[in-house]
Formats: sequence, C-alpha cells, structure tokens
Amino acid sequence: MLKRILFIAATMVLTVGAAQADLSDNMVKIGVLNDQASLYADLGGQGSVVAARMAAEDFGASKKGIKVEIVAADHQNKADVGSNIARQWYDVDKVDMIVDVPNSGVALAVNQLTRDKGKAFIAVGPATADLTGKACSPNTVHWAYDTWMLANGTGRAIVQTGGDTWFFLTSDYAFGHALERDTEAVVLKNGGKVLGKVRHPINTQDFSSFLLQAQSSKAKVIGLANAGGDTINSIKQAAEFGIVKGGQSLAGLLVFLSDVHSLGLDKAQGLIFTETFYWDLNDQTRAFSKRFAALHNGRMPTMVQAGVYAGVLHYLKAVEALKSDDGTKVIAKMKELPTDDPAFGKGRIRQDGRKIHPAYLFEVKKPSESKYPWDYYKVRATIPAEQAFRPEKDGECPLVK
Amino acid sequence: MDTIFGVPIQALFGQLLIGLINGSFYALLSLGLAVIFGLLNIINFTHGAQYMMGAFCAYFLSTKLGIGYWWSLLLAPIAIGAIGIVIERLMLSRLYQLDHLYGLLLTFGLALIIQGSFTHEYGTSGIPYPMPSELSGGQNLGFMFLPNYRAWVIVASLVICVATWFVIEKTKLGSYLRAATENPALVQAFGINVPRMITLTYGFGVALAAFAGVMAAPIYQVNPLMGVNLIIVVFAVVVIGGMGSIMGSIVTGFGLGVIEGLTKVFYPEASNTVIFVIMAIVLMWRPAGLFGQR
Amino acid sequence: MASTQTESTTLGMPATAANLKSQRVAFGVMLAFFAIAPFFVYPVLLMKVMCFALFACAFNLLIGYGGLLSFGHAMYFGAAGYVCAHAAKVWGVTPEIAILLGTAASALLGVLTGLLAIRRQGIYFAMITLALAQMIYFFCIQAPFTGGEDGIQAVPRGKLFGMIDLANVTAMYALVFVVFVAGFLLIYRIIHSPFGNVLKAIREHEPRALSLGYDTDRYKVLAFVLSASLAGLAGATKALVFQLASLTDVHWTMSGEVILMTLLGGLGTVFGPVVGALIIVGMENYLAQLGAYVTAAQGAIFVVCVLAFRRGVIGELGRVLKTSL
Repeated sequence: MLKRILFIAATMVLTVGAAQADLSDNMVKIGVLNDQASLYADLGGQGSVVAARMAAEDFGASKKGIKVEIVAADHQNKADVGSNIARQWYDVDKVDMIVDVPNSGVALAVNQLTRDKGKAFIAVGPATADLTGKACSPNTVHWAYDTWMLANGTGRAIVQTGGDTWFFLTSDYAFGHALERDTEAVVLKNGGKVLGKVRHPINTQDFSSFLLQAQSSKAKVIGLANAGGDTINSIKQAAEFGIVKGGQSLAGLLVFLSDVHSLGLDKAQGLIFTETFYWDLNDQTRAFSKRFAALHNGRMPTMVQAGVYAGVLHYLKAVEALKSDDGTKVIAKMKELPTDDPAFGKGRIRQDGRKIHPAYLFEVKKPSESKYPWDYYKVRATIPAEQAFRPEKDGECPLVK
Repeated sequence: MDTIFGVPIQALFGQLLIGLINGSFYALLSLGLAVIFGLLNIINFTHGAQYMMGAFCAYFLSTKLGIGYWWSLLLAPIAIGAIGIVIERLMLSRLYQLDHLYGLLLTFGLALIIQGSFTHEYGTSGIPYPMPSELSGGQNLGFMFLPNYRAWVIVASLVICVATWFVIEKTKLGSYLRAATENPALVQAFGINVPRMITLTYGFGVALAAFAGVMAAPIYQVNPLMGVNLIIVVFAVVVIGGMGSIMGSIVTGFGLGVIEGLTKVFYPEASNTVIFVIMAIVLMWRPAGLFGQR
Repeated sequence: MASTQTESTTLGMPATAANLKSQRVAFGVMLAFFAIAPFFVYPVLLMKVMCFALFACAFNLLIGYGGLLSFGHAMYFGAAGYVCAHAAKVWGVTPEIAILLGTAASALLGVLTGLLAIRRQGIYFAMITLALAQMIYFFCIQAPFTGGEDGIQAVPRGKLFGMIDLANVTAMYALVFVVFVAGFLLIYRIIHSPFGNVLKAIREHEPRALSLGYDTDRYKVLAFVLSASLAGLAGATKALVFQLASLTDVHWTMSGEVILMTLLGGLGTVFGPVVGALIIVGMENYLAQLGAYVTAAQGAIFVVCVLAFRRGVIGELGRVLKTSL
C-alpha cells in the first residue's frame, strides 16, 4: 500500500532537458483517471498507469527534450468524484490531458469539463458511443471500443452464425439500456428475433431468478447487457444452472480479458464477445504485451490498457509535431496524423473523435484447449475497421460536416 | 390455464423456489440480528461486514491452510464469532446504559472500518471460491433445473433456524436468555452470569452471520462489499418480523425472499424496493412488527 | 437521546450573556475563515465544505435539538439537487429560482416523510426514515429525468438574477457564502426561539411536554420539515457548484456521512456541524490517495466519537472553555 501511495503521489519526471517547445509550464502533464479499487480496477486501474508510463518511455521523451509527468487518481466510479478530480487537476495541478476514465457517466462529465477548459481527453475506458455522437467534442478522442461497436460486432456476428433468437439480461441503467437497444436493433436488422428481456438492478448479487426466465424463454442466445461484477455473477450463476450445458449460449456484450481471467475458463468457456485488442493476436501485440506483463505482475494487458498505451503514444507524437500542448490543437493534430503502434497497428482518428481499428469476434476456449497461461481466446471473425464502428454520418455529431 | 398474468405456472414455481433460496439467506442473517437485538438491544450494523468476513475467512482457510468448505462451515463462524466477542467486550459493553442509537452508530462505524480495509486490500471485483464438489451439479425438477448447492442452502438454513429457535424458546438456557432480556438485574441476582451470557449471545449472532457468509461464498463472489446492500435489506426483514422475535425473523426472512422472487418476475425493476415499501407499511400499521411484542 | 445520557453536556445550557458573547466570537471567526480562505485554498473545495456544513447544521437541528435520528437525510439533500439541476438545465431558469425550486421539493418531501415517520419513535423512527430514503434512492435510479447512474450532467450555473454570471468563481463563491450564512443564521434563530425551546423540551421528556399542553407531533413535523428544507437548500446549491446531480447524493452512505460530520463536530452544538463538515470534507480531499482507507478512517472516527468523544470537537471545546458553542 505504501508503494501505491508513493507511486500515485509521486510524479514521474522523465527528463531534465530544457524544453524547446511552447509547452504550458514547460512540461506535458498527463492524468490517468480511472477506477483503482472496484469493479473496473482490473480492467484499467494500475495497469493503465503502467501503460501510460510505457508509452511515454517508448516515445523517447527524454531524447526529444520533452518533459512528461504522469499522475493518477481513483474516481471510484462516481461522476461527482471524477469530475471534482478532473476540475482540480485542470484548475490547480496544471494537468494537460486526461486519459482512460471508465464508466460512461464519469466520462461524460470529464468530456464536458475538458471542453470548457480547452484541454485534451483521451477516453479509453468508457463505453458510451455518445462521446463521438451527441456529446462529441473537439477536445476528445475515443479509443478502443464503444457500445455501437460492441452491439454490432457481437450481435451481427452471432446472428449470422445461427444465433437468431435472443433473450436480454440487461443492467437497469443508461449504459445497459443503450447496449440492449443497440444490440436489439442489430439482431432485428439481421433477421433475428428477440424473445424477451429482463432488467435487473445494477450490482445484483443473485441472478437465479433472471436466468430462470432466460432459460424458459428457450432463446438460443442470452445477451448479457451488463458489465463488471454483474457480468461475472451472471456468467458464474449461468454455469451453476447448467445454461450452456443445456444448449443455450451466452453472449457477453461487454467482457474483458480481466473478467475471463477472474472467472476461469471452466465457467467462461464458450462465451462470445467482441474486442479490439488481444495480447496474443500477432507478433507485434505479443511483444508489446510481454513487455507490459513484465511491468505489471505478469498480467497481460486488457483492451483498455492497450488503448491507454496507444492513445498516450499518439498524443505525445502530436504534441511533438505541434510543439504545443494546447488541448484543442493537439486533438486536431491527432486527427491529422495517422496512427501506428504495436498494440493496434495502423489506423486513424475520424473527425468525430472516434479512433477506428478492426474488431474481432472472440470465443473463450475450453480449458482443454488452453495451452499456456492467459491463452484464453480464439478468433471467430474479424471485422474491418471501417465497418466496425458507427458510420460518421449517423452519429449526430456537430463536428462532422 | 397454464399461465398466471402471462407467466407460465411452471416458471412461477421455479421463481418461488428461488425466492425460498434467497429467503434462506435473509432468514439466517435476520436471525442473527434478531438474537442480538432481542438480548442486547443493540442494532448490529456490523452484521453485513461480519457476513463478509465469514466468506473471506472461508477463502483464507482454503487458500492459506488448504481447509475445505465443510470444515470452514464450522471454523469460520467460530473465528468470526470470537472476533465478535472481542468487539463486545471492548466496545459494545460500554454503551449499554446509553441510548440504543449509540450502539447503532458504533456498529456502523465498525462496519465502515472493516469494509474500507478489505476493499483497499482486495478491491471489489470479487474473488471466486470453488463450489464443493459433493454439491455441484443439480436435479432437473421438470419445471426448473435446481442446482444441488442451492437445495443444500435451503436445508441448512432451515435446520439452523429451527435449531436456534428451539434452543431459545424451548430449553433452559434459552429461558435464562429470555429472562435476562426482561430483567437482567433479577436474573443476575439468581446467580446467573448475565454479562457473560450477553457476550456469548453476541458472539453467537455474529457466528450466524459468518455461517451465512461461508454458505454464500461458492455462489456469490467473495467481495468486500457483499454485505453492504444486504444489511439494509436484512434490517427491513428484522423490523417487519418484529425486532426481538426469533420466529418472526425466520418466517419473514423466508417470506420476503419469496415475495422478492415474485416481484422479479412481474416487475423486476422494483425488486429492490418492494421490501422497503412493505417495511414502511408494516411500521405504520403494526410498529412492533408482525410477530413482535414490544 | 439526552434522556439516557449519564453525563452532562452543553446541550441544555441556556443562552446566557456569556454564551452569546462566545458564540458571537465564534461566528466572527467562521465568517473570517470563509472570507479569507479562498485565497489560500481551492475555492471549489471550500464551497463544498459550506454546502456540507449547511447540510450538517440542518441535520443537527433535528437530532441535536429535536432528539430525532434520521437515517435518511440524504433523500432531501439529493432530491433537491436533482430538481435544481433539472430546472437549471432543462427548464433554463436562473440559478436563484433553481435553488428555490430544489428547496421547495425537499420541503415537500419533508412534509410527506415527516408525517409518516413521526408516528414512531426512537429506533423505529430511524428505520422508517431509512426505508423511505431507500425508496427515494430507487426512484432516482428509475426515473428518466435523473439520468440514472450518469446523473444530470453539465448543469449550467447561469446568471444570478439574470445579471451576474456564475461561471465566474468569485461570484459563485459569494453566492454559496451568502446561502450558507443565511441558512446558518436561520437555524440559529430557530434554535433560540420559543419553538426551539419547546423542541428541546420534547427531546428531554416528551410526556412532560405533552402534559404541558403542547401538540408534540406538530412540533416534530415542523422541525422535520425545516430540517429537510435546509438540507435541500444545501443540496441544490451543491448541484450548481459542481454542475452535477448524481446518485451518490441520495445513497444511504451519504446519510451516514452527515451523521458522522455532526457527531464529530458535536451533536446539539451550534458550530459543531460546521467544524465536522470541514474536517470530513478536508480529510476526504487530502487523503484521497489512501483510497478505500478513507472509509475505514471515517469508521474509526465514528467508533472513537461514540466511545470516548460523544460531545464532539466543539462540545469538548465548549466544555473546556466553560461555554456553549
């Protein structure tokens, strides 16, 4: 714990070189704001801070004479805590850019604040597609994933491979509703049917009653429109009630590597979902991930942590090109420059702030199929970058002409 | 006709059974609270945290000492009950002459300490605890698939609840306890060590909470916040049943589990609120609770 | 609560001239602190302290002087915040109207819940308030206008009276300062009025007050409504300060926090809740790195206060100075 205090409180200054750029107080200060102790701690948490550090180092800040400082804080998944920290960071601590921020509510608050103060926000953790839609901003870039991509990736792929009757188990709040709505639209568009849905309160411990309803609907696919602990509990209890053995399959609409790791393959096997990064995809991701794991207790990076790495790296490249850390200008530059990093490969950021990259439909391996630690996924399908995300014109983003 | 309000009868039976299972946890936990309130007049807000500690104790016993589920069912309650006894001796006993509400605030503070510390050390995503192999799998009952473990939960809770009720209502020891509730000074004058009885009773109530925690570990993730929202619901159960009534808390626990289960079928969004609505109504109409006497 | 306390406290001390003098001094110190501190400390933090201080003072009215422990006070604080935020953002009213609407909403809620809760005493009263607060919490999760888990965001601060732009930190701070001081003075006036005296009498021995002919229920409901409205005033103002209304403000742990602040500062003292709010908010802010240990620390403070420090900071200070603060 002491190490954590020291780490969080201490700032990491990477160089002592004189700054030649027009940087505010001669340094680029990056704030990693996420959930450090609860539902999303394994998804991002400390790992995101490690990823940001790695990015700054790989960028070679010291050689280029740019001073980079990284701070971190825990928003506890509360919009008020998160926005207070962001406000204080911008007003008092001279932070130039905030990265990560899982939990869509907090992200929307930070998005607005960043826009008001003219800083930069690289959203990696949150799911809401509104960040590049109705709430899009010239100061925000959305990396890694969003609800539209999840709904389309998972929903369409599953329906097209035969899973055409669905039952939804939805977390009863805005994020869950959005995910359910987007996925239902995709299922219907691709010729599937929705046989029923049930909404459960967030942070429900016991899903037996809802799972029973899902079972009796006899739908081929049970869509889990929830996240974090709710998803893990639903999957665990589904195993207990023999749902997968009974022939139905579970579609996790928002599942991460850390969830699978926590559940274990015997409970998670057969789960189908979409992500945009997996450590074992290709040589580049493998090399990156092994370096990351060495710095993070042997844990492979999740999609969010990889996104933080890639986002910070691209941000720093834009700062270098522009020789300034003015938020609005840097974000504009980030959209101009094509992206290239070992985690996501080559890609680009659209006008609405959406970073696009290919999406992959993964299936969790059976325990017998897993040959080495963290060997959890097999790839069922690849969705090209331009199709994986909502078309720019459909997002109602005022920045798109 | 094979549907009621659009829900097939078969599905309804399944939900009732599930409601009974949840009710078992409510009954076990509210039993502990009722026992403690009945004798000590203390509202043990720490109950949720003690439930959580029971689950964590089972986890530690398993990972650090290799002790399995069945032994944990015995050892964890004893361990956590012992901690409860220490709490009672050192802190609670100083508050007996004061207003009940100070006891509530103290136990609330203790709950925060315990939960905060565990959250910091373990995060809140939850730690899996393996299900005992003897109880895995399940029975196909026709109208639903009942996991064996859940059936065990109902059976075990009923046994413990009935046994506790029997001891308190029908045995000599129980009669001493009940007498001490009414008139501690007189009972003490008869030569019975009342303070020790009080301490042991608190320990027993806490042990009940820990027992429920061990039972919960294989099906719900072991996580520091598992008691937080549960404790509020259990309070409602105890208040509805009647704050000092053992039978009241058992019956209400099971009953409310069933009602909550039914709500989940017909109007799931309200499943969290229905217990509080009932509590408010009962308090208006019969403040001592359904089975209470004071 | 005082009926079973075995130690004397400053609660019953009359408003003698000496007391009045020390209270005036304390008031001056408080004013000076909040007027000067924004030059040294982040103003938004101080505004947060003032909002919570008002909340705690309102809560103290009910428990310190009325002897009624409400375990659901967050419902007034949070509900007012939601109404104010909605009014400012969706209806576009000016901030002072938004705050008034928020306060009115919590007053209404106070009337409804008060009438229900007053019918029982002691622990049952606390349990009813908890049940009602839980129902409000779940209502806030479900109702579309509250934005559920996201809350109501990007609430505009607007222009006070249509003229003064509250985006300016100084203007906003001045508004919060005025609201806080006004609320504080109102509570002070209530405590030291005939109404306040009857309330204290009811707290000390309700049957005796009844036998003297007072309609105790009516006094209790009135105290409840006043407490709820002022808590709502605090909540509505806070929503404008942070430009956000969220579920945290209606959750039962918020009810626990205000109890903690009041207990720590000193139940039934005039300045106790302010000091309690200052300490707790400060602690949460400066010790944020400790993460969940902050919760544990708050729990530890609760335990220590209940066991050994029941008079709270101001209560102890008052006892040492032999006055009533």
